[in-house]
Amino acid sequence: MTPVLQVKNILVRRGRRFRLRVDEFAVEPGEVVALIGPNGAGKSTLLTILACLSQAHEGEVFFQGERVDRRNALTVRRQLSVVFQEPLLLDSSVLANAALGLRLRGQRAGAEDRARAWLERFGVGHLFAQNALTLSGGEAQRVSLARAFALNPQVLLLDEPFASIDVISRTPLIKEFKAVLTSTKTTAVLVTHDFQEVLALASRVVVLDQGRIRTEGTPTEIAAHQIWGKLAGAQIPG
Amino acid sequence: MDFIVKGFFQALQLLLRGDKEVYSIAFLTLKVSGLATLISLLLGVPLGLYLAVSRFRGREFFLGGVNAGMGLPPTVVGLWVALFFWRRGPLGFLGLMYTPTAMVIAQTVIATPLVAGLTLSAVQQLSPKLRLQILALGASPLQFWWLIIKEVRLGILAAVMAGFGRVIAEVGASMAVGGNVRWYSRVLTTSIVLEVNRGNFSLALALSFVLLFITYSVTYLLTVLQQRRRQT
Repeated sequence: MTPVLQVKNILVRRGRRFRLRVDEFAVEPGEVVALIGPNGAGKSTLLTILACLSQAHEGEVFFQGERVDRRNALTVRRQLSVVFQEPLLLDSSVLANAALGLRLRGQRAGAEDRARAWLERFGVGHLFAQNALTLSGGEAQRVSLARAFALNPQVLLLDEPFASIDVISRTPLIKEFKAVLTSTKTTAVLVTHDFQEVLALASRVVVLDQGRIRTEGTPTEIAAHQIWGKLAGAQIPG
Repeated sequence: MDFIVKGFFQALQLLLRGDKEVYSIAFLTLKVSGLATLISLLLGVPLGLYLAVSRFRGREFFLGGVNAGMGLPPTVVGLWVALFFWRRGPLGFLGLMYTPTAMVIAQTVIATPLVAGLTLSAVQQLSPKLRLQILALGASPLQFWWLIIKEVRLGILAAVMAGFGRVIAEVGASMAVGGNVRWYSRVLTTSIVLEVNRGNFSLALALSFVLLFITYSVTYLLTVLQQRRRQT
């Protein structure tokens, strides 16, 4: 099966040293891959390269088998969705924010209905007319997730999407997110520090450290692996 | 104190009786400064956006230039523009010296760094990740810039107010390149200087009230627009 997203021989430098060096990393359709590792491991850098938001100094990115370059980067970006740690909503209504990606793709008819349906699904439909900048952190991240799913992406890329949400709101949101992910069979790549999220969401875990992929496996395999204990800043389950 | 009261009433009289010269001076002031602000907006906003978002070698040099330009003395600008438009200057063949066009050019030079600098500052206050998020949502380059402009619209309005306030208040550049020619290139600030030099303080005061009225009215309109946008 052709991977939906793939990178080969990626090298990102910072000065004379490398920040990221990945020989190969592929995301298969339907899987949820968690990228874990300590701060500075290169997880977010890899995610922005996968999202075609930054370019590596060397290496190639493939989307559904086709090489991504400057000419088709926008077309590829329009088949992906990215959710960052901060909700990053614009200074307009919640509904306008949720429908923004669809509008940018030229989809006018039905954009608001679709966005509103996703807002309802994430439990923030009643806030549709409110200015997005007045929402609480949890509400704003729900809008951000609704905005991402409204685009029906081929791959959903998430950079610690639950990290800025308080613990009380986080657990139910992860549960809802898991339900949506399963029902829509969305392929996803999740950068996280939280092993509870990994256990709840991921089908495969890739461990990055000092810019390199150290190991990969199922969440249970990684939890039992000795490398897990060495990862600074990571939470050990149990 | 009598001076001020007298000046105020004289200003009212000049306006109410429709003094042609005062209206012509006020109209030219608005035209020159309004046009200069508009052009500086067209030049300064893209420059500020570009400097805020792009990374290139020598960027700091341009940033320093914009920041220093925000405090450019109008007299210096007037001198340099005059040197360019002087009969034997590099652009002397255009015959623009002592014309309102030269005044618009000089005022544009004064306002553009201010508009660019304040736009740059407004964009830099946005989270850098917001720019990534807009791209990630599938924005084309044109859509990207449009959304950024919408996000910093309050800052841009503040830049317009600051730019307009600066050029309508300047006197050195207008005097140097406009020449303060009666019925042709005389604006409120140059008229006030002229009347003060003549010792005609009541008229100078009257003209200053007209200038303050225009400045306040335009700034008030822009402020209303800015605050409405904030509420929506």
